[in-house]
Amino acid sequence: MHIPDGFLDTKTAIATATLSTVGVTFAFRHLKKSITPQQVPLIGLSAAFVFVAQMLNFPIAAGTSGHFMGTALITMLLGPSAAIIIISAVLVVQCLLFADGGLLSLGANIFNMAIAGALVSYSIQKMIEKIIPNVRGKLIATGVSSWSATVIASILCAGELAWSMTVSWGAAFTAMTSIHMVIGIAEGAIATIVVAGILKSRPEIIRNANLQQHKLALSTKLIYAAILIIGIMIFVTPFISEFPDGLEKIASVLGFEQKAIGQPIFSAPFQDYRWGIFSSPALATIAAGFIGIVIVFILAYTLSKVITSNKPH
Amino acid sequence: MRHDFIDRYSRQKSPIHNLSTSLKVVTAISALIVIVALPHKSWLVFSLLALLIIPVIVLSKLPIRFLLLRLIMLEPFVLGVSILSLFKEGGTIIFISIVIKSTLALLIMLLLSNTTPFEQILTLLKKIKIPPLMVTILALFYRYLFVLIDESEKMQRARMSRTFTNSKKHIWKSRIQMISELFIRSTERAERIYSAMRARGWS
Repeated sequence: MHIPDGFLDTKTAIATATLSTVGVTFAFRHLKKSITPQQVPLIGLSAAFVFVAQMLNFPIAAGTSGHFMGTALITMLLGPSAAIIIISAVLVVQCLLFADGGLLSLGANIFNMAIAGALVSYSIQKMIEKIIPNVRGKLIATGVSSWSATVIASILCAGELAWSMTVSWGAAFTAMTSIHMVIGIAEGAIATIVVAGILKSRPEIIRNANLQQHKLALSTKLIYAAILIIGIMIFVTPFISEFPDGLEKIASVLGFEQKAIGQPIFSAPFQDYRWGIFSSPALATIAAGFIGIVIVFILAYTLSKVITSNKPH
Repeated sequence: MRHDFIDRYSRQKSPIHNLSTSLKVVTAISALIVIVALPHKSWLVFSLLALLIIPVIVLSKLPIRFLLLRLIMLEPFVLGVSILSLFKEGGTIIFISIVIKSTLALLIMLLLSNTTPFEQILTLLKKIKIPPLMVTILALFYRYLFVLIDESEKMQRARMSRTFTNSKKHIWKSRIQMISELFIRSTERAERIYSAMRARGWS
């Protein structure tokens, strides 16, 4: 999902760079306030860890292989501000050392994978951990947030490409999002098992690594929410009403195509109503996203159950 | 074991390597801005840029094979995304010009990264007033990247010498275990590094 140079036009490059600069600066200020000097090497080493973890190939099918992203995992382990800095550092080094991801697209890549990824992960993790306040909740939170971070990054990426007039929103959204909805499941499974492994062999690492238990002040939360919402408003909402084919693809990926098309609940009531700037596809997308999250939640729950019951004693 | 495989060529000697870092970075960024800002179908400017890049490649003394291999490794990303533009009206022209644009941009970035050692970029970041803590984090990251890559290779070798099946399930299982083990080792190493840094007067 690393966007190379040449795909984004000038306005998109400037908009994403501005948003990312604001986001990273803010995350850095927050991190500086919340970490002890002892944790400075940990941030650097965690960035190296993510880089190396991303180099490991996971064979998929027919000779293709994918790799792990790790934003949600690092958010779970070290909190959102640290995750933004760590993933941004990884993206900077990948760009400068490997030419993986463009230099002028760095803003977009940082916004999609580091900022939006970490913030979406953080909010989902806190929500789930509040509902299920035990080890299993932590594992479910890791799984669901990993999937969501992967999917949100791909949606933003599609929006940025469409805004640059490089590709049409329909094609980009359909291709990027449906692929990443599947990749996200693998991402979630890997992250969940990794957290379970760390919890099993060295639980104190997660406790000690917690940078002030990841608690954010209300003002910090509001600023983060504003950055995320502005990004989504600019890159995604302008397109959301004009892609009738995108939804069908998501639906077919999730396997409820027949139902969605056949049932009047989905098509009829929403077709004639316009809710402000949101027309029917928007609501349908939100519904599809919601169903996706429910499915992923069930998967994560099952996985966490398997992991926790596998424990000796 | 060689640890410099990531940026092996960035410390060689050539007229391009000897240029000042800030000059190289500014030139690369301005060239990239020109490429991004160019409208599709600017074939003349594209070929002009390509003609300008060729002498730089020759002067940099980088092995052509290495540059081509890197380019081929990165090109699938470019093709994968740009193929989507074919679905648009007039997509063929957009497709061709995007592939040209990003290939030129990739070449520029490959030239920059392989003629400039990372620590010089760090020095430059310090000069342009990037917070020192951020530079420290990046420096630690770069310094220990090699160590962690080495560690992950050792773990993979240890696993390979003990496992005789090569099924996908096994690869997944061992890679996932490696990721958790790598994180545990990273935190332990971070603690030792902190003690060492403190012992040498870092605060």
